[in-house]
Amino acid sequence: MTRKSRRLWLVVACMIGLGSAAALTLNAFSSNIVFFMAPSQVHAKPPPADRTIRLGGMVVAGSVRREKVKDSPVAIFDVTDGQAAVTVRYEGILPDLFREGQSVVAVGTVNPDGTFRASEVLAKHDETYMPKEVAEELRRSGKWDPRFGKAPDAASWNTMTAADTPKKPATQTPDGN
Amino acid sequence: MNPELGNFALALACCMAAGQAILPLIGANRRDARLMALAPALAVGQMIALITAFACLIHAAITNDFSVQNVAANSAVSKPLLYKITGVWGNHEGSVLLWAMILSICGGAVALFGRNLPSALQARVIAVLGGVAAGFELFCLTTSNPFARVWPAPLDGQGMNPLLQDPGLAFHPPILYTGYVGFAVPFAFAIAALIEGRVDAAWGRWVRPWAVAAWCFLTCGIAMGSWWSYYVLGWGGYWFWDPVENASLIPWLTGTALVHSAIVVEKREALKIWTVLLAIGTFSFSLSGTFLVRSGILNSVHAFANDPARGVFILGLLALVIGGSLLLFAIRAPQLTTGGLFSPVSREGLLVLNNILLCSICAVVLTGTMYPPFMSLLFGKTISVGKPFFDATTIPLAIPLMVFMGFGPMVPWKRAQMWPVLRRLWWAACVALVALVVATFRMRDILAVLATATAVWVICSSIADVAERLRLFRQPLAQSWQRARSLPRAVFGAALAHAGVGIVVLGIAGMSQAAHRIVEVHVGESEMLAGDSWTLTDVHPAEGPNYSALVATIEVRHNGRLITTLHPSKRTFASQHQTTTEVAIHTNLLADIYGVLGDKHGDDANPTYVLRLHYNPLAPWMWLGGLIMAFGGALSLSDRRVRVGAPRRAKTVDVVVVQ
Repeated sequence: MTRKSRRLWLVVACMIGLGSAAALTLNAFSSNIVFFMAPSQVHAKPPPADRTIRLGGMVVAGSVRREKVKDSPVAIFDVTDGQAAVTVRYEGILPDLFREGQSVVAVGTVNPDGTFRASEVLAKHDETYMPKEVAEELRRSGKWDPRFGKAPDAASWNTMTAADTPKKPATQTPDGN
Repeated sequence: MNPELGNFALALACCMAAGQAILPLIGANRRDARLMALAPALAVGQMIALITAFACLIHAAITNDFSVQNVAANSAVSKPLLYKITGVWGNHEGSVLLWAMILSICGGAVALFGRNLPSALQARVIAVLGGVAAGFELFCLTTSNPFARVWPAPLDGQGMNPLLQDPGLAFHPPILYTGYVGFAVPFAFAIAALIEGRVDAAWGRWVRPWAVAAWCFLTCGIAMGSWWSYYVLGWGGYWFWDPVENASLIPWLTGTALVHSAIVVEKREALKIWTVLLAIGTFSFSLSGTFLVRSGILNSVHAFANDPARGVFILGLLALVIGGSLLLFAIRAPQLTTGGLFSPVSREGLLVLNNILLCSICAVVLTGTMYPPFMSLLFGKTISVGKPFFDATTIPLAIPLMVFMGFGPMVPWKRAQMWPVLRRLWWAACVALVALVVATFRMRDILAVLATATAVWVICSSIADVAERLRLFRQPLAQSWQRARSLPRAVFGAALAHAGVGIVVLGIAGMSQAAHRIVEVHVGESEMLAGDSWTLTDVHPAEGPNYSALVATIEVRHNGRLITTLHPSKRTFASQHQTTTEVAIHTNLLADIYGVLGDKHGDDANPTYVLRLHYNPLAPWMWLGGLIMAFGGALSLSDRRVRVGAPRRAKTVDVVVVQ
């Protein structure tokens, strides 16, 4: 085996390795990327029923209801970005940090009737934590600027216009659990 | 007084590190023995100073000195003593100090255990470590000083996130950081070799123990982190492909490649340039992984406070360390001579394949981790990639890796015939085929089936490897025993580590068959899961040191026979208005029975409780396998060759190879 043929062999092996990695990545990207959508985007352009998305926004205060389907608890709540609200159905235990009036990210699919079927609900780490995407979306819709204090009470969001920004820090909504 | 002492020690360490970075380098260039002799002394001095600084911070935390801002923000009087100590590294400032301390201990270790190194090489290695340390100690002093005071001092601290009050997490960061930082030593060796312009077999032999040690710690750290998220977060999952987890997996993959390619340098003097690049890459990945995530650039649940000054400093430091070392590599690498020849079917050939596949997996994980932040930065699109993406990309690459792994240790160096190897492995292949058939009937997912079969193949072939070397069953047992005693421990270490990988993969494949149910029941009601009957018999309140809890009692019965009683609970921490879920796990090493208590619904007269019940087959194997891998690495470190056989450099300076 000469040096040249060894080098050729190495190059071919590297190409196969990295080539298959690239092919796998592209293939997986085409079907497995999860887009983040706000409720108003879901209303404007509903994604196909088999497409998993991340839905983010604030849990509307007073909207959490519970049902029991075949021994399994189902939590139903509305998620809003201040312009539209989407009803989320989630079969499972809501995370410890889930609160009404606070931000949440739900992973799942949109049903044909416009409701959201969540396979996972994330409300992470501490009560001041707001997922970046949710904060971004709220700022864009003009409902909240993080520089001016806490997020307003989510119950008021659907009726609030961008003009009436909160005068006082929102009162803490009682624990939703 | 003590915090000031700590601050002074930290500043002193920073100055010593700066001296350590400059003076020995000059000494090595001028061949000045006195300047070179400064290197070990400064490294040990810096280590002692940083250990003092760290001890001062721990002292402040134990004595509830809330005038120290870091203690006030993260501790409280009511916190148990263990978490007062471990809470020191549960926040940004403390963890940077821990990081710097471990780096200085690495420098001290090179100074103390590296006495058999040529003095110029040792001086340069210590100098490189000193340079990196100086940068991070400066970062610690200027932007995130753990000894900063507050005035007036609060009466009580703000307390720690209850999620972090857990023995598993308490010892996880030091082990993980030791793994990350440990790769600084191979990095320093690589830079020193580039400055010297010389990489040879002796260099490979010096680097490998350090790389293996760091790899062991990183393996342990990753396994512990995964175990923690399994039993603390209570989602029944063990790996979430979160940026922080990926940041530890990426250097692990390149580090594993480094551990293997250094063998080729040591035994055959080939792949030298590649090994140097891997050493640089592994440390660069651990560096950027820890600090990009901690500085909040990657959106992660683990990110500490997001401060622009810190981000800029860290980015500058990373650019300097990584960019500088890559520049040096680009200038000097062409001067390194290329090494011995080998055919594709040989030990070297298979190790090259191992490197290619590990680096491909690493590239895929890196792409999946970096793609979402880049998309949001460049196009303003918020996307995420999760488990389906990583499953679809990493597993198809890992399966051929495992197949070749079975052959690797059996194939001779330089040039090999496939037939004798296959003849020795036929029974392992048969067992793997049986596993394939059995798995096909038991599992739905094709990837899980293939993973099971290859895992069995890897375990059997590493047994076959050891059996073959001992000539087991081919000669009297006494002779095999004699051979076992004379065989280098590194052989057993490698076989154990490989078998550990197989066990981890079996655990992961088993977990893909996990079953779970979420139910809402009254006290006394039963539910069925995985053939067992789960009965909620009681729920009662309980008080803890700084929380109040609701504890459930779940009896799990199989055909009426009591298997176990689980006590999952929900804790409410009044000081932080936070609840945590305490999972109850019963394991028989073949499967975990895993229960979580959820919300209480209904009125107090007739309440119902939400329960999450999991049956996780082979779950403990994932962490057991990780520990076996780390143990295998440690065993090969205890090899006689590492302890006594001080490598001697060949006298010939440069052998020019004509193409």
